[in-house]
Amino acid sequence: MIEEKSENAIQQKEVEGLSQGRIVLKRFLNHKAAIASMLILLAIILFAFTSVGIDIGSESAKIKIPGWWKYDYAQINDVENKGNPTMDLLPSFIDGTGMAIGNHPFGQDEVGHDGFARVMRGAQQSIMVMFVIGLVATAIGVFIGAVAGFYRKWIDSILMRFTDLIITIPVVIVGAVIGRAVGNLGAFLLAVFLGFFSWTGLARLVRGEFLSLREREFVDAARMAGASNLRIIFRHILPNAIGVVIVNTTLLMSAAILLETGLSFIGFGVRLPDVSLGYLINENQTAFSTRPWLFWYPGLFIVSIALCVNFIGDGLRDAFDPKQRRAITSKDKRVAKVVSK
Amino acid sequence: MLKFITRRLLVSVVVLFAATYLMYVLTAYSGDPLEDLRTSTARNKEQLIQRRIDLLNLNVPPYLRFFIWLGGVLGVFVGKFDLGKNISGQLVSNELGSAMVTTMQLVLVATVAAILLGVIVGISTALRQYSAFDYSITFTSFLFFSLPVFWVAVLLKQYMAIGFNDFLEDPQIPIVLIFVFAAISAVVWPGIIGGRMKIKVRIGAIAFSITAGLLFILNLTGWFEKPGIGPVSGLLMGVAIAFAVTALSTGLANKKARNASLVVVAIGMLAWLPFNLFSLYVSPLIFLILAVATVIVGYLVGHLMGGQDKAPVARTAAITALLMGAVIALDRFMQAWKPYFESSYISGRPFATVGAQTPNLQGSFWVLGVDKFTHLLLPTLALLLIGFAGYTRYSRASLLEIMNQDYIRTARAKGLPERTVVMRHAFRNTMIPLTTLVAFDFAGVIGGAVITERVFSWSGMGSLFIEGLRRVDVNTVMGFFLITGTVAVLFNLLADIVYSLLDPRIRVN
Repeated sequence: MIEEKSENAIQQKEVEGLSQGRIVLKRFLNHKAAIASMLILLAIILFAFTSVGIDIGSESAKIKIPGWWKYDYAQINDVENKGNPTMDLLPSFIDGTGMAIGNHPFGQDEVGHDGFARVMRGAQQSIMVMFVIGLVATAIGVFIGAVAGFYRKWIDSILMRFTDLIITIPVVIVGAVIGRAVGNLGAFLLAVFLGFFSWTGLARLVRGEFLSLREREFVDAARMAGASNLRIIFRHILPNAIGVVIVNTTLLMSAAILLETGLSFIGFGVRLPDVSLGYLINENQTAFSTRPWLFWYPGLFIVSIALCVNFIGDGLRDAFDPKQRRAITSKDKRVAKVVSK
Repeated sequence: MLKFITRRLLVSVVVLFAATYLMYVLTAYSGDPLEDLRTSTARNKEQLIQRRIDLLNLNVPPYLRFFIWLGGVLGVFVGKFDLGKNISGQLVSNELGSAMVTTMQLVLVATVAAILLGVIVGISTALRQYSAFDYSITFTSFLFFSLPVFWVAVLLKQYMAIGFNDFLEDPQIPIVLIFVFAAISAVVWPGIIGGRMKIKVRIGAIAFSITAGLLFILNLTGWFEKPGIGPVSGLLMGVAIAFAVTALSTGLANKKARNASLVVVAIGMLAWLPFNLFSLYVSPLIFLILAVATVIVGYLVGHLMGGQDKAPVARTAAITALLMGAVIALDRFMQAWKPYFESSYISGRPFATVGAQTPNLQGSFWVLGVDKFTHLLLPTLALLLIGFAGYTRYSRASLLEIMNQDYIRTARAKGLPERTVVMRHAFRNTMIPLTTLVAFDFAGVIGGAVITERVFSWSGMGSLFIEGLRRVDVNTVMGFFLITGTVAVLFNLLADIVYSLLDPRIRVN
């Protein structure tokens, strides 16, 4: 009994006098893994985009913003030290050589491409694809789910059968076909097209939310006040479903980066002259025994990006879900004691 | 119910038809099927191009050509099933047949293993919520979730297969490694079992000594050269199984269930020797029959010894029988290890990194079974990791939600033992939403298998698909899609039906 009382006290103390947005933000900021992941992801993004610069546009009309790294990802250099990585992160008292970055921290391939520049460019492309798929799929999924859930009846049946139709095709399969068709148009368009086929899960969830939210009093109130259907959907119901949308968008994005790298790996994703992380792994998997570093670094970047996004998603889920409680720590109990006195 | 199934079936057929049409048109427009001929230097180039156009009806636009293909597929109803010819003029159905068996093996084993492991781990983490064990499993499953399957597959190939093969050349575990393993188990087991600090320390000590002792004995007896279980440890395992199954299924207080399980184990021990004498005549079909017979025998024993409450006793005895049978079969497979290992096709490096079986290998069911195991192990592991993460997270969340329900509180309040609350009231309800996940996941695993097959150079459906797509060989790609699409639709339908059967709150009409 006392336990329960103090738990309630903790909860009340936590949300006293705060708006919904502040509560969510506060809960999110309390999720240490999510915050750490957010910082790491930001660091990776910054690093990837500033180091080798940004290329925009097609082959003919290229706009290039140079970065701080001395080599370009397409540039062929002399092979130094048999392509071994020159980076040494162990200080001299451990292995006696001292810390160094060197000319090619991530090594070189047998032609002489700089590994670091290629991994950075690959990370750029994979991150870009991840965000574009996330945005496109979220927009379509929210729209279809919202319309289906709000209007119900035949519109709902048609849209949901359409969703079933897309779900029937495994996303790797349709992704490969699309990659085969539009892969030569560049990574951005590829991502847009992949987004066209990744929205199904979100649409179902949003529909479910809308089906229950549309019966609530505030919707009736809005309708009484003369709000149009579109206004009710976007101004009244959608903000209440935003938690589901945001959480699932992050999960979608972590799936998206694995999809893109997977497709590039089987040869239907990003293509030469451009590179992506999956492409780099595919290119170097046969050279594993001779040049393992070419294989390790792109993989580590994929794993770190996907892991960060997953943890951010987990933090957001906890933040948006009022039913989920964290473990009660000793600090919470101290706070509770103070409060219940 | 029948009306519901018919309606869902009709809708599924329409959905499948539309999906097939979409795939056909997308694939056909994804590239140029004549590309390799156009750039060829053959003198009869024009002729070759014309021949391929005639072969594949390329002069018909794709959105109409689909109906020619569909006509062939619908021929299944009049006994003339025709999936068309691939780009080199061979029948697609011939290619698909063997590829399908290979891929389905991989996908089925991986899915079943992922579900079993995922549910067990998920539930034990939920019961130990917010413990160190829970946190580390949560982190691990996030990590698995974020691993690209092809990357893991290459790593497994490089480290596990090659490392294990090297180890088998001189199978002695170094003493340092034994202590490392023992230390790991000394940390893991207390985490799973839980309890107060004192109990944890005791469990840790026991786990440490058992693991270290076991590994030392295995080392000393040269077990890794000639693995096997043998009757003595077989009996010990059987008794342990009988007690564990009884404890989980009915609780040890049910003496009838415990005795029935022990009787089943005794029958298994008696059948062991005759089975081994007979085992060379076993074929896959006989193996299956034996497995079914084992379960039936177990069920009957339980039924006869059950007294008034037959069902739970029969269930317990049947599960025990199946597990005991698995021990006996495992022992027989292990006996086949040495001949397999020394066979000239293997040359002492059993764990394969390519292919689905050793070419030309001849042998009994057991030797071929071991061969299958060494080939399936790595690709299955690669596929398993990802599915495992999903099932762990899902069953954990599901059980946690259910443990907060009122009926769990009621069950506890009326004094039921914790085992009954968890196994009967909570666990069963956790399984219901999981059925839907399995249906969705299965299609996803097939997609993952496409990539895994490529890394391990399996000639399954995935490689057919990739090669077909590369050459814009529409008929091959469609043959692949017809199977995966049908499987996906069927599994969804099945999930809906099972769901409505399991959960009385779902109305079907």
